[in-house]
Amino acid sequence: MRSLLAYLRRNPSLAVGVGLLGALAVFVIIGQFVVDTDDARPLSAPTLQPPSAEYPFGTDRQGRDLLAVMVAGTPLTLRIGFIAGFLGVGIGTVLAFIGAYYRGFLDMAIRGIADIGLTVPGLLVLIIIAVSIKGTLTVNQMAIVVASLAWLYPTRTIRAQVLSLRERPYVEVARLSGMSGVGIIFLELMPNLLPYLAATLVNSVSAAILASVGLEVLGLGPVDAPTLGMTLYWVNFNAAMINGWWWWWTMPTVIILTVFLGLFFLTIGLDEIANPRLRRSA
Amino acid sequence: MKPLVEAVALSKRFAGGLGRESTLALAGLSLSIDAEKPSVIAVVGESGSGKTTLARLLLGLAEPSGGEVRYCGVDLRKLTRDGRIAFRRDVQAVFQDPYGVYNPFYRVDHVLATPVRRFRLATSRADARELIGVALRAVGLRPEEILGRFPHQLSGGQRQRVMVARALLLKPKLIVADEPVSMVDASLRATILGSLRNLTDKHGISVLYITHDLATAYQISDAILVLYRAHLVETGAVESVVSAPQHPYTRLLVSAIPRAHAVRDWLTSEATSAEISRSANSVGCIFADRCPHVASACLAAPPLLYRTEPQRAVACVRYENAPALSADHLAEVLAAK
Amino acid sequence: MTEPVLRVEGLRVAFDHPLGKVKAVNDVSFALLLGERFGLAGESGSGKSTLALAILRLIKPPGRIEAGEVSLAGRQLAELDEDAMRALRLASIALVPQGSMNSLNPVLRIGQQIADAYADHGIRLGRGDVQRRIAVLLAQVGLPESTARMYPHELSGGMKQRACIAIAICLRPKMIIADEPTSALDVVVQRQVMGTLARVQEELQAAVILIGHDMGLMAQFVDRLGVMYAGRLVEVAPIAEIIERPRHPYTRALIASLPSLESRGELIGIPGLAPLLRDLPSGCAFHPRCSLAMERCRTEAPAMREIGDAQVACHLA
Repeated sequence: MRSLLAYLRRNPSLAVGVGLLGALAVFVIIGQFVVDTDDARPLSAPTLQPPSAEYPFGTDRQGRDLLAVMVAGTPLTLRIGFIAGFLGVGIGTVLAFIGAYYRGFLDMAIRGIADIGLTVPGLLVLIIIAVSIKGTLTVNQMAIVVASLAWLYPTRTIRAQVLSLRERPYVEVARLSGMSGVGIIFLELMPNLLPYLAATLVNSVSAAILASVGLEVLGLGPVDAPTLGMTLYWVNFNAAMINGWWWWWTMPTVIILTVFLGLFFLTIGLDEIANPRLRRSA
Repeated sequence: MKPLVEAVALSKRFAGGLGRESTLALAGLSLSIDAEKPSVIAVVGESGSGKTTLARLLLGLAEPSGGEVRYCGVDLRKLTRDGRIAFRRDVQAVFQDPYGVYNPFYRVDHVLATPVRRFRLATSRADARELIGVALRAVGLRPEEILGRFPHQLSGGQRQRVMVARALLLKPKLIVADEPVSMVDASLRATILGSLRNLTDKHGISVLYITHDLATAYQISDAILVLYRAHLVETGAVESVVSAPQHPYTRLLVSAIPRAHAVRDWLTSEATSAEISRSANSVGCIFADRCPHVASACLAAPPLLYRTEPQRAVACVRYENAPALSADHLAEVLAAK
Repeated sequence: MTEPVLRVEGLRVAFDHPLGKVKAVNDVSFALLLGERFGLAGESGSGKSTLALAILRLIKPPGRIEAGEVSLAGRQLAELDEDAMRALRLASIALVPQGSMNSLNPVLRIGQQIADAYADHGIRLGRGDVQRRIAVLLAQVGLPESTARMYPHELSGGMKQRACIAIAICLRPKMIIADEPTSALDVVVQRQVMGTLARVQEELQAAVILIGHDMGLMAQFVDRLGVMYAGRLVEVAPIAEIIERPRHPYTRALIASLPSLESRGELIGIPGLAPLLRDLPSGCAFHPRCSLAMERCRTEAPAMREIGDAQVACHLA
């Protein structure tokens, strides 16, 4: 434990990231006990109440207790991000390894698709997909929509890492020791990529949350769910800013900011672990 | 003589990029390593001579552009699966970099346990431990000081010796050692090179010692091949090649080594020769642009390999009175005494 | 006797490491005369590169100069402020660092890098003058004039090294420190580069410190040799003395480990490993590996003693 704390002192970004996300986690967990999440549904409370003792975050125009909304919605938003992020990096890793290790036509195909995919404006594609889905979207479907594009960037970056690693002398030694291609991928290359994969994962989750919030704000998200993005959609829809209902948009903004800052610092912190050259001396 | 590994008119050319001509890394080299008479053969050359390319081609880590590499008479590319496994068991390697050859994620045990596992050399864990212990002791290391450690906890010399131990595990017939001591401190080189020489003397394993250091090659090898810019220029028994070099390049190489003598003639001896001025692709002898004895015949066509002594061959037109050597007889020149 | 151009007295350099203080340079003293070639031999971890950086006051934290004096032509270097020290570097003491080929800026032409050296030292010259000086410098190191217009990647290893020498001598320094300048070069190219270094040194009448581990190279190039082990100087003597009659067991072992080209015999090495600089053995640092070690060697660190022309730190000398 002590060495962990000592390390956190040397890597302040990691500490800040973990701290911010930890604080959010605490908020959500304690919130589940303190608040009735049913109150996140419309008509649970008097409308448009500014923050008070009874409603610490106030209420919105449809009578939702905003504290309940935050407590219920934050995990939903994070869930979309995690599912999409994990799916994206998972698919990306598999494709990256296959392409970079075996090279040849398969590599050209994977790289070609990823490159072309990356040049198309992502949000545009997501909007088109979201619009084409009949009926309302559930949170999980939302995650899959975002995941459909989330694998492009990880594929490229992980592929670049594998390309460099496969030239290392220890890979040749493994070959001389009779290891097969699959063995080399899992036993020699993968372990060295774990820190990099972790950093990429955090990045991917971050991007997925951004994409999902973006879609939701445009009204293309799961309309019935009290996610952070949907709350902002209602804020826009009801012109809350102009009408001076400040409590409605401040809290979602603060929480979104906390999520992004937390993930951002986490990425920098993990980057330092993944890339020993960035490590600062004691 | 039964060849274990042979190179037959082996050549390698690397394609040039945009606007760059291709590079000839190795030009039509033939070489044969006897399966029955183990010896240490040195391949000496400077950077760009093609020695590392030769090593990689012989190990099957790269494909030739021309000619072939044969294992027990069969082209490497045509080996069956069993043949490939047999090849890997018989031919192993020790590389130059004692850092990069270790996967930083694992302890050094990994690099020793992997071949044992993949080639099923041991039937049980205890058996494997015993095997690894024997190999480590054979190179002068104590297993209790080495196993369980991470690569960065050992010195460069120790790491390199572990690599030699690893090569030994499979009881190969040939070990290709590519600059095994150039990244190791001078005082530790003797132990590692001594282990390699021991492999030949006591264990009957041939060693192909690839290096730019003529002095260590002289000390531990039986025969030597001198490469210059992808071409073989001189070959033969190491004693005679070093004490009485015949090719002008070999002479240059020998004179360029600074000796720890009271006589200080190193800087001033022999007009420290001209720079390389001709492209490797030009016609004629590869050394013509730097040779003090260059003649018109040298620029017209590349010289053949002439057998000047039973155990010596030189690629220089000044020895054209000696019989020209064909590839199949090259093995005799290198044969151990 | 002429005043030495460089005098190092009791220099100590240490690095702070979480596991203990690393004594990289431990009480080193020597002097250098103008025009002299001094060799500093030792293996990796002996402290020789750190010594060179300390002379130039280029030691950065977590390292620091703990004690000792370095004076150049009588001036104490510790007294100078950073600006004065910067002016001194290259103009009075030039460094040809290890891996010189990697210390050339890959995106600037060679000529530009030499011109930068002039500009950084406040030497204002007209464009024509600069070009002329560059041409002279390149000729001095045996490079064709066209090199000035080339980028580092267009040059071979030996040519890059000579370009580094050209930069090092452009301000005509009194002293050149060459840290393993030829370790990555082939033997034939090494001779060309060392020949160049010898020539420019004679023209400038500068003093040269050659740092390396090849005793053969030292024997053929330097006038005096200092042998370092575990951060200390163990023997300093004229080169002919050291080759003919090495007094310290480590020096003897270093010379013996040089493979001969005359007779095939046994390859001799030094058993054991160099000590960790943060965990030095008691007494003489070499005693665990010394075949002649006595009881006294284990307890008492030997002081440097003068024996004729030589200085040795050994109880047996």
